[in-house]
Amino acid sequence: MSLALLIDFGSTYTKVSVVDLDQETIVATARARTTVEKNIMEGLLQAKDKAEQQLGCQPEYKYKLACSSAAGGLRIVAVGLVKDLTVEAAKQAALGAGARVLGVYAHELSIQEINEIESAKPEIVLLAGGTDGGNKDVILHNARMMAESIVKPTIIVAGNKVVAEEAKQILTKAGKEALITENVLPELEKLNVIPARRLIRQVFLETIIAAKGLKRAEAFIERILMPTPAAVLNAAQLLSTGCEGEQGLGDLVVVDIGGATTDVHSLAEGLPTRSGVSYRGLPQPFAKRTVEGDLGMRVSATSLLETINQKEFEKLTNVHIDRVKKYINDVHNNYSLLPQDEEELKIETAMATYCAGMAVERHVGTLEVVWTPFGASYVQHGKDLTETPYVIGTGGVIVEHSQPKEILQSTLFNEEDPTLLKPRKPEFLLDESYIMASMGLLAEVEPEKSLRIMKKYIVSIQELGVRSQNSQ
Amino acid sequence: MVKNKNISVVLGVIGADVHAVGNRILHHALGEAGFEVINIGVMASQEEFINAAIETNANVIVVSSLYGHGEIDCRGLKEKTVEAGLDNVKLYVGGNLVVGKQDWKETEKKFINMGFDRAYPPGTMPQDVIDDINKDFMIAQE
Ligand code: B12
Repeated sequence: MSLALLIDFGSTYTKVSVVDLDQETIVATARARTTVEKNIMEGLLQAKDKAEQQLGCQPEYKYKLACSSAAGGLRIVAVGLVKDLTVEAAKQAALGAGARVLGVYAHELSIQEINEIESAKPEIVLLAGGTDGGNKDVILHNARMMAESIVKPTIIVAGNKVVAEEAKQILTKAGKEALITENVLPELEKLNVIPARRLIRQVFLETIIAAKGLKRAEAFIERILMPTPAAVLNAAQLLSTGCEGEQGLGDLVVVDIGGATTDVHSLAEGLPTRSGVSYRGLPQPFAKRTVEGDLGMRVSATSLLETINQKEFEKLTNVHIDRVKKYINDVHNNYSLLPQDEEELKIETAMATYCAGMAVERHVGTLEVVWTPFGASYVQHGKDLTETPYVIGTGGVIVEHSQPKEILQSTLFNEEDPTLLKPRKPEFLLDESYIMASMGLLAEVEPEKSLRIMKKYIVSIQELGVRSQNSQ
Repeated sequence: MVKNKNISVVLGVIGADVHAVGNRILHHALGEAGFEVINIGVMASQEEFINAAIETNANVIVVSSLYGHGEIDCRGLKEKTVEAGLDNVKLYVGGNLVVGKQDWKETEKKFINMGFDRAYPPGTMPQDVIDDINKDFMIAQE
């Protein structure tokens, strides 16, 4: 029997899953508290022990792979020139690499903005600006500002190729760690985020893991391959496009509802599906990730409460708003609390529903109606996902929830707001065994197996039937 | 043959105008003439012209308007280029700038007063624009 041990060091829990590579089955899953402050290995070994109790043995593993979002994730600041162009391209590159984007900056950096960046303490600054052969002054100005500052992160230059080397020189002469990659926006119509993503990941592997106290774990496992969100995106990409020997599902959307953020990944070109609609703005990456830092079930529960319409929330849950506020404060203060009664379950459900719905609303493209003297014209910004055939739910809350369908319902197109291009009639799937991050890791070594396992374990919600109320 | 590799041109059809054919022809002609063409296509807003010109360090912005509402759509574009630090970028406009057949001299004056460096009457051939760009940037002819 050949086994793989797949590990996800989360901010709260370290999750492990054991995969039987011959049978292509998940044979054990377990979790324990993440112990990154002291010794990251403690939590890992606890989780591994639990998994091995389920197995009834302590086997040898063919692969031991991990991803991590512990110790604050991968912290990036993105700098570009024009907000809708190179700034957006840089942000897309960072998000796709699984980063937490701490801030984005446009045009010439001011002293105040440099101070802001210094105090945000990013691990990487992604410095873009100018298409190839385009604007040179701003990226050079920003390199100089960074050179004079006390910022310590690795600076990745991903702007106008004509001055990339010069920008790097300015930084290295000032003692900064600087690296060059291809421009994130070499031409206006050409988004090029993959090389920057790759370099970000390499920097993550080489320098950041050690700085986060995760290095110890590397003695035991082969390697921490990537940040957790990148693993999820990796899995989603494989599930969508398939690989040699195994077909993918085609276009899909993944909604990952977490404690701190709600992530949405779309794997789709997202071009207009209706005739007479013009696409405007930056081209969209096929694999696109967005992160909502104010939508989460625990760490971000209070900011979620600030975002939502309380009257509507009260109506949806049929629970008095004071009770709602109390529950939200409680879970915010104690992340491991779970709903204890019917009312709390309703609140939890409504929270997840809002997270999913709003995160998808912000992810999808919009249709703008432009009134001309001759009638209406339509302009699309972002991705049209109305025809996307699959929406997949993942994340602790939804995989353990008794009615995941109810939560995912909020991701659907709403006739009352037809300008939001949300999926119209997708099939809902559930990452029932919570394996997407693990499968993103396995995809690096055994893509075909990873894909087949996902197709087996990511199930249609329609087929789930009614799940027991107490699966929590 | 002209050598003008170093000139970049932002091209687009302004406003809610969907006439795409002329835009493609211009793109092709300007590209053949050796310019770097950044085509932002139809239904382009003023902001999109400006943003494209900033990122690409453009030398010329060529605005097309075919559906007769060019005057409204083009108002304020010059002011925005100044604001965006693009004072040195040349602004050209052409197509069917006004509804129906109006006196061209009057129309041209309107657009020049709006801040355009050159305005072209309906039926202007792409070669005229190419010649003017070369003239404006004094590109040596071989
Ligand atoms: C095809 C067409 C359409 C198609 C467009 C399809 C498409 N996606 O491209 C459709 C049916 C959608 C359409 C719609 C409309 N159209 Co129409 N359309 C035409 C038509 C028949 C041909 C346009 C064309 O492709 N010409 C061929 C290309 C190569 O020529 P061009 O576009 O003029 O471009 C050349 C030059 O103008 C020049 N040029 C262009 N830009 C610039 C810029 C500079 C700086 C320079 C120097 C030169 C330059 O170089 C180009 C290449 O050689 C023209 C009539 C005609 N014969 O021109 C009417 C015409 C342009 N349309 C017209 C009108 C009124 C409309 C509508 C308002 C009709 C309506 N009531 O609904 C709508 C507007 C929709 C909108 N929001 O834009 C009028 C405009 C009237 C005016 N300006 O005074 C025209 C002239 C017809 C007419 N005689 O009434 N139209």
